[in-house]
This record gives sequence, C-alpha cells and structure tokens, in this order.
Amino acid sequence: MNKSYWIALGIFLVVGIALFVMLAFLVAPNANYLASAASADLDAETLRVAKGLYCPVCPGVPLDVCDTQACYQWRALIKQKLSEGQTAVQIKAYFVEQYGERVLGAPRAEGFNLIVYALPAFAVSAGAAALYLFAQRRTRHPAPTADSQLATSDPYRSRVEREFRNLEEND
Amino acid sequence: MTTLGSIALTVAFVVALYAMIAGYLGARRRIPELADSARNGVIVFGVLVTVAIIAISYALVTRDFSLVLVANHTSRDLPIFPYTLTALWGGQSGSLLFWSWILSLYGLVVVLKKWESNHDLMPYVVSVMMLIQTFFAFLLAFVSSPFERMEVIPLDGAGLNPLLQHPLMSIHPPLLYLGYVGFAIPFCFAMAALLSGRLNDSWIRATRRWVLIPWMFLGLGLLVGGRWAYDVLGWGGYWGWDPVENAALMPWLVGTAFLHSVMVQERKGMLKVWNMGLIIIAFTLTLFGTFLTRSGVVQSVHAFAQSEIGPLFLGFTAVMALASTALLFFRLDKLQSEAEFDSLLSREIFFLINNVLFLGAAIAILIGVVWPLLSEVLTGETLTVGAPYYDLVVGSLLGLIVLLMGVIPLIGWGGATLAKLGRKLVIPLAITAILTAIGFVLGARDPLPLFAVALLSFAFVTTASDILLAARARQKNTRENLPTATIRLIGRNHRRYGGYLVHLSVVILALGVIGSRVYAQDQVRALTQGESWETNGYTLVFEGLTPGVMSGEAVVTTATLGVYENGRRITTLKPAVSFFDRQQQQATDPAIWHDLPFMRRDLYVIVQGWTDNFQTVSFRVFINPLVSLVWVGGFLFLISTLITMLPDPQERRARERVKRELTAGGYAQPSE
Repeated sequence: MNKSYWIALGIFLVVGIALFVMLAFLVAPNANYLASAASADLDAETLRVAKGLYCPVCPGVPLDVCDTQACYQWRALIKQKLSEGQTAVQIKAYFVEQYGERVLGAPRAEGFNLIVYALPAFAVSAGAAALYLFAQRRTRHPAPTADSQLATSDPYRSRVEREFRNLEEND
Repeated sequence: MTTLGSIALTVAFVVALYAMIAGYLGARRRIPELADSARNGVIVFGVLVTVAIIAISYALVTRDFSLVLVANHTSRDLPIFPYTLTALWGGQSGSLLFWSWILSLYGLVVVLKKWESNHDLMPYVVSVMMLIQTFFAFLLAFVSSPFERMEVIPLDGAGLNPLLQHPLMSIHPPLLYLGYVGFAIPFCFAMAALLSGRLNDSWIRATRRWVLIPWMFLGLGLLVGGRWAYDVLGWGGYWGWDPVENAALMPWLVGTAFLHSVMVQERKGMLKVWNMGLIIIAFTLTLFGTFLTRSGVVQSVHAFAQSEIGPLFLGFTAVMALASTALLFFRLDKLQSEAEFDSLLSREIFFLINNVLFLGAAIAILIGVVWPLLSEVLTGETLTVGAPYYDLVVGSLLGLIVLLMGVIPLIGWGGATLAKLGRKLVIPLAITAILTAIGFVLGARDPLPLFAVALLSFAFVTTASDILLAARARQKNTRENLPTATIRLIGRNHRRYGGYLVHLSVVILALGVIGSRVYAQDQVRALTQGESWETNGYTLVFEGLTPGVMSGEAVVTTATLGVYENGRRITTLKPAVSFFDRQQQQATDPAIWHDLPFMRRDLYVIVQGWTDNFQTVSFRVFINPLVSLVWVGGFLFLISTLITMLPDPQERRARERVKRELTAGGYAQPSE
C-alpha cells in the first residue's frame, strides 16, 4: 500500500481515538456537567437532578420544566430521595429502572446506541484522513496553469475573472 | 376573495409546470422565445401566489371562519395585528403557502437582476426553481389548500396556539423561512450549471451572495427563535436542541462550511465538486427540516402544524437529493480542479479542516435527531437524545472550530512554515493566557468552561490583531488615526474584514452561551404575600397577585415582586401565567431583569403555581450569567454579515476598469 494511505489511516485512527477518548472522558464522570453548577440550597439540587432527566410522558421535555402533574410529583420524589441521602446517580438509575432509557437526556454509550457517538467521530476522522489524501495528492509540484479555467467564450467575463483572481491574491 | 385565491393557486400550479418545461426546453434547444416565456412564467407565478397570500390574509383579518385555516388558528378575541396575521404560519397549509410565496419573491429578484447578465444559465435556473414551485403549488392546490372550507361554519374560531401569541413570532418564522427557502437559489444555480455544462466559476460568482443572504436570515431566525424561547417558554434558556431548532441549525452549519470553501474555489479553481455537494446537502437539509416541522414524526415544542403531507415531502426531498447527486456524478469530468495547494500548512487546507468539522457537527445533529426514530423502529426502545448529547458531541466539535478560527488568521493563503507559525503564535498565546486568567478571576473556575474561555480568547486575539495590524500598516501610509484607519480598512475590503467581524461576533455570542449554560443557577421557592427571599445577592419581596385579567384570548394572573440589591430597590418584576380557555393550555410569562450595563447576568423569574387561594405563590428564579452577550453577539453578527455583503469598492473598480479597457480595445460592449 502506498505510503500516503498508511499516513491517512494513521490520521483516521489518531483523530478517531482522540475524539473517542475525549468523548469518553466527557461522558463518564460529567454526563450532567453543564447542569452541575451546584448550590447549597436543596431546591437547586433537586432541579439539578431533574434537569438531567427527561419527562417520561412528554417526549423531549426536560423534567425540571415539565408542567404535568406527574412531573410535579416526580420532582417531589427527587427531593425526597435526595433528603434520604441518595445520590444523583442512584436517582437516575431509579428513574431508568422505572420508566426506561427514555428518561436519560443522552443514550448510554453502549451496545447499539454506541453508534450515536461513534458515527460523528467516524465521520470526522474519516473526513480528516480523506482530506489528508486529497491534499497530499493535490499539493503543488509543477507551476500552476494560468487560465485553463477561463474557457469561456465571453472575453469580458474571462478578463473580469482573471482580474478578480489577481486582485484577491494581492490582498 | 377565497375563490379567487383558490383559483390563483390552481393556475399557479399550471404556470409553474409550464415555466419548468419551457425554461428547460428553451435553454436546451436554444429557443430564446421559450426561455423568455419561462421567465415571464416566474413573474406570473409570483403575482398569482401573491394574490393567494392577499386572499388568505383578507380571510384572516375578516375572520372568515368558513375556512379551515382561519377557524382552526384564530378567534374573535385574537388581536388582529400581529397575531391574526401570524396565524398564517400557525397552520400547515398557510406555512406552505408562505414558503412558496417567499421562494417566488426570491425568484422575482433573481430573474430581474440576473436574467440579462447570466442569460446562459438563467433558463435552467428558472426551470429548477419552477420544479420546486410545481411541487409546492401541487400541495397547495390539491393536497393541503389554505382555502379548504369547513363543513359547518363555526361562530368562533379555535384560537391560536398560545405559544405563538408573542410579538417575536411575527418575525421569527419569516426570518427562518427567508433562510430556509433562500438556500433554494444557490441550489438552482448549481443545478443550472450542472444541467448546462457551463461549469466555469460564473455560477459561484452569481451565487455567493445568494448563499450569504439565506445564511444570514437563518442565523438571525435562530437567534430570534432563541430569544422567543427565552421570553415565552419559561424554561430559563434560549436553546433546547429541539429537533426543529436542530433542523434549522444543520443547513446553517453546512452553509457556513460552503462560505469558507467557496473562497478556495474562487482563488484556486479547486473544490468544485465539494462546493456543489455542499449546496446540494444544504438545500436537501432545508427540505428535510421543513419535512420534520410539518410531518410530526419527531416530538417537538415546534410541532405546531402537522398533517399527512409528510410522505410526499420526504419523497420529494429524496428525489431532489438523488437527482442532484446523480447530475453531479454525471458532470464529474467537467469539474476537475485547475490548481494545486501550495502547502499542507495553508489557509486553504485549514478551511477544508473547518469544512470537515462543520459537516461533522451537522452529521452529529442529524444522527441525534433521527436516532429516537431509528431506535424505536429497529430495537423497539424509546429513547431521548437531548441537550446532554448535543452539548457534548456538537459542543466538542464547535470547540475545535473555534480553535481553527484562532489559527487561520495566522496562516496565509498559499502557505506558511511551522517555524513561522510558531513565532506568530507567541504573542497571541501570551495575551490568551492573560485573558484566560481574567476569566478565572471572574468566575470561570471549572476546567471545561475555562478551556472554552481560553479557546475563545485565542480566536478573539488573533482575529482582532489581524485587523489591527493591517490598520496600523495602513496608518503608516495614510497618517490617519487608528479608528479611522480601521474603519477605512474594513471599507476597503468588506468581505475579508466583514468576515473577521462575524468571527468576533461569534466569540462574543459563544461567551454568552458558556456563561449562561454552564453557570446558570435556579431555585424554586413558595412565598406568601409580603415575604422576602434572598437569593444570589438579590432580595425578592412578593408584593401581591392580580388574578384573572382578560387579555386577548387569555386570562392573565400576574404576580408583583420588588427586587432589591444592597437594600436599594432596583426594579419591579411582574411574572405572569396566562390561561387560554379555548385551547385549555397555560403559558408562563417570565419577567426578566437585565443587569446592565455590564451585562453581568439576568434575573429571570417565573410563576410556577399557587396554593391557598392565591395566598402562597411559588416562584422559580434563574440567574443567567452573561446571557445578554448572546443577544449582543447576535446583533453584531447581523451588522457584520451585512458588511460582508456590501459590494466591494475594489471589485467595482476592477469591473469598471476592465469594462473601459475592453470597450476601448474594440471588444463588444458586454451586456451587464
């Protein structure tokens, strides 16, 4: 195999692994990082846990803002469980057990759902590798051809295009 | 009037079909009369759809409840301006009509401006545009007519969705539609270039501004939508990664990628296939986005207008995507690159890395949007893909994009060496370190937000210094003072420096996003009248509740809170709850105090409920740091984008000079 293919493969692997490590690092301990601005107040803590969960009955609505009666009760339940000393992780696990995976804001990065995380990482790393191959093949060796692209029959337009090109290069 | 509107739409369908065929045959067989008649078809179509819009507006304003659209989306209590008119896009058929009308307006502008100067491409452009219009006109005339009649005429209408009863809803959907629909124009030009085989750069020149326009509108639409969510939903935030928000963000991201890579094509004649591909993807995503909004396949706060046109829309989207991709493959031989990169470490290559990341972000969003559906179909499991997923995956990619935004000003077109780049990095990195330290002192203590602040500072420093260094260089020649030199510099090259200003606006906006998403705090507390609550340095005193005041369709209950800081009363907040009897829905109306002038934070209060016969009211209070920067950044984004769109004096002068020289040299006077 050509050397540049090996390098492209390397780029694919390095970028892919880097993205995966980054995602894994961010997913594991800090799944709820963005809502983790904690406050001593119990209500704030309840809301923090609720924010990391989605309403089991209204798809796509975070539990902390949902207006249904059930959600008022679920928020009260979170508050009660926190006061009993349960952690956010335990409470989340309880909700998943009761109502299924849909209460989580992001699918767990395991099994079939791994694809949701793997696909963007794959796309970017494959893109990076393809870009390398393309750029490598297309990086200048001989002198540039001047006006091959100006194969238009209109002399005015050819001239304008050439002028613009010069003008931008002098920028 | 309704009959007139209905007839106008049926005739419009026939006209669109005719113009589509006439445009194509006129161009293919070189029959100018036929091509001209296609152009006239665009004008007639525009007039017909405008007649339909006037007819439906008249029906809305006069509350003609014999029409389904009017009966289902308005009521006698609904204020005529703006809400009765905004009901147009509250309904399925009305929003389709609005889509088609906007495309017809774009079409009129394009035909009037470009017909003469691009006479070889324009008949094809018209043909593709009218193909899209034929589809819409077909839906409007035969499947989902805005003029459909009620079987029994009700005495009053069902009223408008409460969430749409907000002044911003009179501008958010039109902006988004201008963005969505506008992407059809560069698509039509790209397809015209492919169909005609005239694949020189003229389609790029003709369309660059036509990408910038919808890109700006889409960006603005998203921002105004964010502001609407902030003011109306009572969720304390402005962005929820809702499927429909995502649907609008995807083409915007792809459009952003295109705006960068198109520069490589203009300079070097490279990436022709890639740029065509980006235009096809952006346009397909706008159709897909319209499908998402209209079909109801995804659950969303935006699911205002749903019906059975989903499969038709999906089919049309698929056909357009496949046909355009096939056409692209068919013309691959004519889309060869004409030049080569000078170096791997060049601005061109970095623009391509930017493209990979923007597309990666769009793919991440797309998979997030469709995953719940796929999962349900394939495994039977119902899942949610919400903010935690997007914040993580898309947030990481956007972070990398900001890093590139910082690096690219340091790398010239053509190429740089690592040593040179290293030298150029020293000062920006030092200033970045200082700015990051300031961020730390001001409160960004956690590693991730601090890292984000560092990235943004870096991008800000390199971009701002590129402008300033060029202004200083200009100053040496012209002896102007620095502000004058900077303004004249921007005036001399709108595109380049306008682009940089867009970057600076994005940095400001992103700072606001980080402050408000990472460091927002909220609490809920029940207060009895006269009771006070100290939270985050503010003292809130609950002064009373005014229940049950009629306002439009709603019955509004308003709470009054005195807000004190350091013992001084700074404002009075009046959060409210509106109950809509007709729709049996309630809406929270937040009250917001912007801690200006430093835009430190917003105090955002909603009424969560009451007990004891209105004696005890529970309030939810959010503290949203830096959120005003989102709006400030958004406003600057608009101004900067407008600057990039201004015609460049250099371009104009070059064009005039060439024209003069060519005329003097005995060439025929060009038509433009």
